Amino acid sequence: MQPLELSAVDLVAAIRRGDVSAVQVAEAFLARIEKANGAINAFLHIDREGALARAADVDARRKAGKPLGALAGLPVAVKDALCTHDQPTTCASKMLAGYRPPYDAHVVARLRQADAVLVGKTNMDEFAMGGSNENSAFGAVHNPWDLTRAPGGSSGGSAACVAADMAPVAIGSDTGGSIRQPAGLCGITGLKPTYGRVSRRGLVAFASSLDQIGPMTRSAADCALVMETIAGHDAGDATSLADDVPRYTEMLEKPLTGLRIGRVAAHFGPGLDPEVAHGVEEAFAAFKAAGATIHDVELPHAKYGITTYYLVAPCEASSNLARYDGAHYGHRAEPGRGHRSSAHPTGEFESPLVEMYCRSRAEGFGPEVKRRIMLGTYALSAGYYDAFYAKALRVRRLIRQDYLDAFAHVDLIGGPVSPTPAFPLGEKTNDPLAMYLVDMYTVGTNLAGIGGISFPCGFTKGGLPIGFQLQGPALSEPLLLRAADRYQQLTDWHTRRPKLPA
Amino acid sequence: MALTRQDVAKVGLLARLALSGDDLDRMTGELSKIVGFVSQLEELDTNDVAPLAHPLDTQNVFRADEPKPSLTTAQALQSSPRHDGSCFLVPAVLGESGAA
Repeated sequence: MQPLELSAVDLVAAIRRGDVSAVQVAEAFLARIEKANGAINAFLHIDREGALARAADVDARRKAGKPLGALAGLPVAVKDALCTHDQPTTCASKMLAGYRPPYDAHVVARLRQADAVLVGKTNMDEFAMGGSNENSAFGAVHNPWDLTRAPGGSSGGSAACVAADMAPVAIGSDTGGSIRQPAGLCGITGLKPTYGRVSRRGLVAFASSLDQIGPMTRSAADCALVMETIAGHDAGDATSLADDVPRYTEMLEKPLTGLRIGRVAAHFGPGLDPEVAHGVEEAFAAFKAAGATIHDVELPHAKYGITTYYLVAPCEASSNLARYDGAHYGHRAEPGRGHRSSAHPTGEFESPLVEMYCRSRAEGFGPEVKRRIMLGTYALSAGYYDAFYAKALRVRRLIRQDYLDAFAHVDLIGGPVSPTPAFPLGEKTNDPLAMYLVDMYTVGTNLAGIGGISFPCGFTKGGLPIGFQLQGPALSEPLLLRAADRYQQLTDWHTRRPKLPA
Repeated sequence: MALTRQDVAKVGLLARLALSGDDLDRMTGELSKIVGFVSQLEELDTNDVAPLAHPLDTQNVFRADEPKPSLTTAQALQSSPRHDGSCFLVPAVLGESGAA
């Protein structure tokens, strides 16, 4: 029995049967992390002791015949944007270096209740702002398929750790593509659930009307398993949906006969890498062979997605990140040295408190986070609010309406998840706008509040994974998971593993 | 659309970010470029479109107005840079003196 090779579904079953102990499983993954993380930098914190204690507890309770949770013994890595009371939570920012939250995120609490074994916290772009994981204050993540390339972002550590078999399951968050794009670039499966399907309580807020937590795994069936634990209503999140959680794992097998999948011609325009285009077209052909029908649909306002997103998200971020003030938690600048105020002719701040705020934030935040706070503050400021923020919200409604119109004719919309395969580290770091465009196929899902899943559909000649994305209406997770699972029953792209240096 | 150095300095204060002279120079260029890019939305006529701030129809969600357990004072203060056991300590809100 080699735990690293089993799916999450099979691992849970094997532990339940006693074919392998939870401790053996935890040890296998921890050994893998120890071996591979140095080259990949997917983890910011590894909780070896806690994981082994938790696994031993699962084994003891199993032996005693006591009831076990749905994920008993399953190792899970958690993006460092989710609060954990017993592990640091930094959001890959110097602002929160060493921060220990006083409580668990709702999703973390549910994972613990289900007896999952939390192995550590994964690297990410600082405060989830980025598409390459290079904005981490604690170093970039390296793509397991080619260590000179980016894993995508912002959930790059979560994607890379699953791709490199360091954990069978990772939790990510997706504000504009941050689960789906890194899943695509790392050759794994990632689900961005409908807005409100999974509670955001205890997820460090970036853009509250867009953020959503979801699973990142090696297959759609594994995503379905994790969703049964993490989805559902939480009275502690006012935007949490009250709808019943379906038994996703029991809804995968129905054939795709008659499924209508939309194809957007504009997705295949300028900027799309030809090898990616080829892989995506092959996936459409595979869905057709499986009984689905392909239909042309239009999302006329999709070309405004990136611009709308880069107003809405920074505006919300500038407000959400106002909480990092050096007073209650996080970094505080030492008094008496550092910047003067650029906004006042004398260089003096109006009070020692304001000076502490301004200098703590200047020292704690990295360049991309500052850019977005500045952009959001500007777009919300007097005289610009209507021209930028309110305008973006109007276009957001048009974008959502495009999806509602399209879903009157098709069940799902397919296409590329990212315009290129994994790009070299450093390629886009000096050009913020070029980096923003990596989200061009994914931001619409978040603006509309609907669901999306990405999974591998081929490889480039250079051996890099190509991702396929399906988007579906609100609460279409059963269908998204089923379509991806049926595809994965017919293909083996999701079973390929990168060869890592020994 | 070009932002001036003064615009960026003002936004920096609103955002509570201390910016050095170099920061101001760099951000004035970067933000001008990004603001120019997002101004693409101007070409759309949205006069008859209502803003959509949120994907859900939900308005306010209230719970019963009853006391519930919450963080203890010690938990709330555990990550504070400076506190005295019952309060957060910060530099003076007014004037020059009394920095904590």
